[in-house]
Amino acid sequence: MEYKTTLTTCPYCGCGCGFYLESIDGRLVGTIPSKTSPVNKGKLCIKGWNVHEFVQHPNRLTRPLVRKNGELQEVSWDEALDYTADKLRNIKEASGPDSIAFFASAKVSNEENYLLQKFARAGVGTNNIDHCARL
Amino acid sequence: MTNSIDELENTDCIFVIGSNTTSSHPIIATRIFRAKQKGAKIIVADPRKIQLGMLADVEVQQNLGTDVALLNGIMHVIMDRGWHKQEFIDAHTEGFDAVKEVLKNYPPDKVSEITGVSADDIVKIAEYYATSEASSIVYCMGITQHTTGVDNVKSLANLAMMTGQIGRENTGVNPLRGQNNVQGACDMGGLPGVYTGYQAVTVPEVQKKFEAAWGASLSNKVGLTIPEMMSGVMSGSVKALYILGENPMVSDPDTHHVEKALKAAELVIVQDIFRTPTAELAHVVLPGVSFAEKDGTFSNTERRVLKVRQAVAPMGDARHDWEIIQDISTRFGYAMHYDSPEAIMKEISSVTPSYGGITYARLEGDGLQWPCPNAEHSGTKFLHKGGAFTRGKGMFFPIEYKAPAEVVDEEYPLWLTTGRVFAHYHTGTMTRRAEALNCEIPEAILEVNPADAGKLGIRTGDWVYLTTRRGKIAVKAQLTDWIKESIVFMPFHFVEANANVLTNTALDPICKIPELKVCAVKLEKVQ
Repeated sequence: MEYKTTLTTCPYCGCGCGFYLESIDGRLVGTIPSKTSPVNKGKLCIKGWNVHEFVQHPNRLTRPLVRKNGELQEVSWDEALDYTADKLRNIKEASGPDSIAFFASAKVSNEENYLLQKFARAGVGTNNIDHCARL
Repeated sequence: MTNSIDELENTDCIFVIGSNTTSSHPIIATRIFRAKQKGAKIIVADPRKIQLGMLADVEVQQNLGTDVALLNGIMHVIMDRGWHKQEFIDAHTEGFDAVKEVLKNYPPDKVSEITGVSADDIVKIAEYYATSEASSIVYCMGITQHTTGVDNVKSLANLAMMTGQIGRENTGVNPLRGQNNVQGACDMGGLPGVYTGYQAVTVPEVQKKFEAAWGASLSNKVGLTIPEMMSGVMSGSVKALYILGENPMVSDPDTHHVEKALKAAELVIVQDIFRTPTAELAHVVLPGVSFAEKDGTFSNTERRVLKVRQAVAPMGDARHDWEIIQDISTRFGYAMHYDSPEAIMKEISSVTPSYGGITYARLEGDGLQWPCPNAEHSGTKFLHKGGAFTRGKGMFFPIEYKAPAEVVDEEYPLWLTTGRVFAHYHTGTMTRRAEALNCEIPEAILEVNPADAGKLGIRTGDWVYLTTRRGKIAVKAQLTDWIKESIVFMPFHFVEANANVLTNTALDPICKIPELKVCAVKLEKVQ
């Protein structure tokens, strides 16, 4: 059996509480607040204490899906990525870069947001990128 | 936040307005408890009665959408009693005379009529806030989600500047960010008008810098906001939407309108961890990973950049989100070759002055608060030190009170306001799948004042219909005097009783935030 604790940052509100995720053999089993975090200093709210519960939920998306004959169907990564890139390229060629728009995310990391806006601006050529800061 | 979370504990007065802190930011609420214990005055202004009110020195329930009037009334009293800091105003700000003129129109008696807050309480708030040595303002979406959202924030800035309660430790104007990385998404240029670190797309030198760094020619035209993208789809100018980790089918106002737009688009790409109501309408769904399966950074509400570390392997065939974006970009024709999130952060710090000194190695421990311009800089605890504002002098804006976009009438006689509950988070995609949280609050509840409920024969547990000009939903009622007469409240976490079917899409003219906090509604008992 492998028991591991990993220090990381909460994905819920903007406080940024630090905690250790406990895992046994790759399965998340618990959350322990970090006493040395400058934000939460050993405390957590009810959402934080239970944060490990949603991660490995059986309903998680685990395969790419593409709509065929009206239904979302499982496909390979290669097919999903090619389909996406080809469609985006065709739309840009037919209707221009500003016909494509991007939702960045308040849930993903800085690095991922940076890449998405770089793809929008440098790849596609549009500043149509926004996220739900207002919601 | 201009200041830091820890500073709240040591302030002499905290003015909480439009934030249900114990419910939505419980860890920050603990700092407010400690401040109270140390003798700080606590002021709470919220249209609903909230838990924090129980320890407040002044607690007021202003009418929905009347924050500008309330704040102008407070500032009127401060001027009248000479509690403003003329020295700070003269040395560090401009435009105060125009504000002084506007404030003349807001004597406490008149403000009391608009806001429902007594003149005595307005004077008390003014005294506590202005005359305490260090006062801090804490606000949240109760201030911003209005057609006057920008006006509300500017009014808070006026109040802080005229009393010199900014640019010092334990003071400031402190918005509590509702989402773990909403600060970071803004910092990283996830906005239509700016690259990373708020560098404007319209400034030629900035454009040139990014064109050189990215090896591409870039557009200097400000892009569309989300509500504008949705209307763009309806008018045919926008054909494709790439939605990363967002769920507009539950989070955005007027769900029926969002659904029409998503169905009308030629291509909808959704990258997420669950099959959300938004993913159901997509043409392509790309499985990304949760925070527990990735390395990276989040930036919290006090501008602190914090490490996120991978604890477990991605579920099934799900892939790291940065790899998915990189692969699509490369296949699209713009090649990317990063080998890790750390390599991406190296590039971020090279093009972003406020993140210039941020490296993964330096983030071990407490993280770093931006601005952190270079490798020697230890980060910034509070902004505008000594009255040195980003633009030079702090700018005052004269603001007049405006009523909400939709007001009650004979057909829709009650006010509806929305928000969060303690056990759930945003559209519920994560928290409603956590058993312990779902046991706490399994379904949506509409809070109704007993007087309003009595007129319609509604009792706690009864099903009721709520109808607005946008739509109609059924929800269970709960009677409580924590909500004032003629207002009803419901959370927006629950897709089966989706509050955003009802809410108004009217936008603030400047920042385009929708007025989610106020609309007119009809309440009926389900027979």
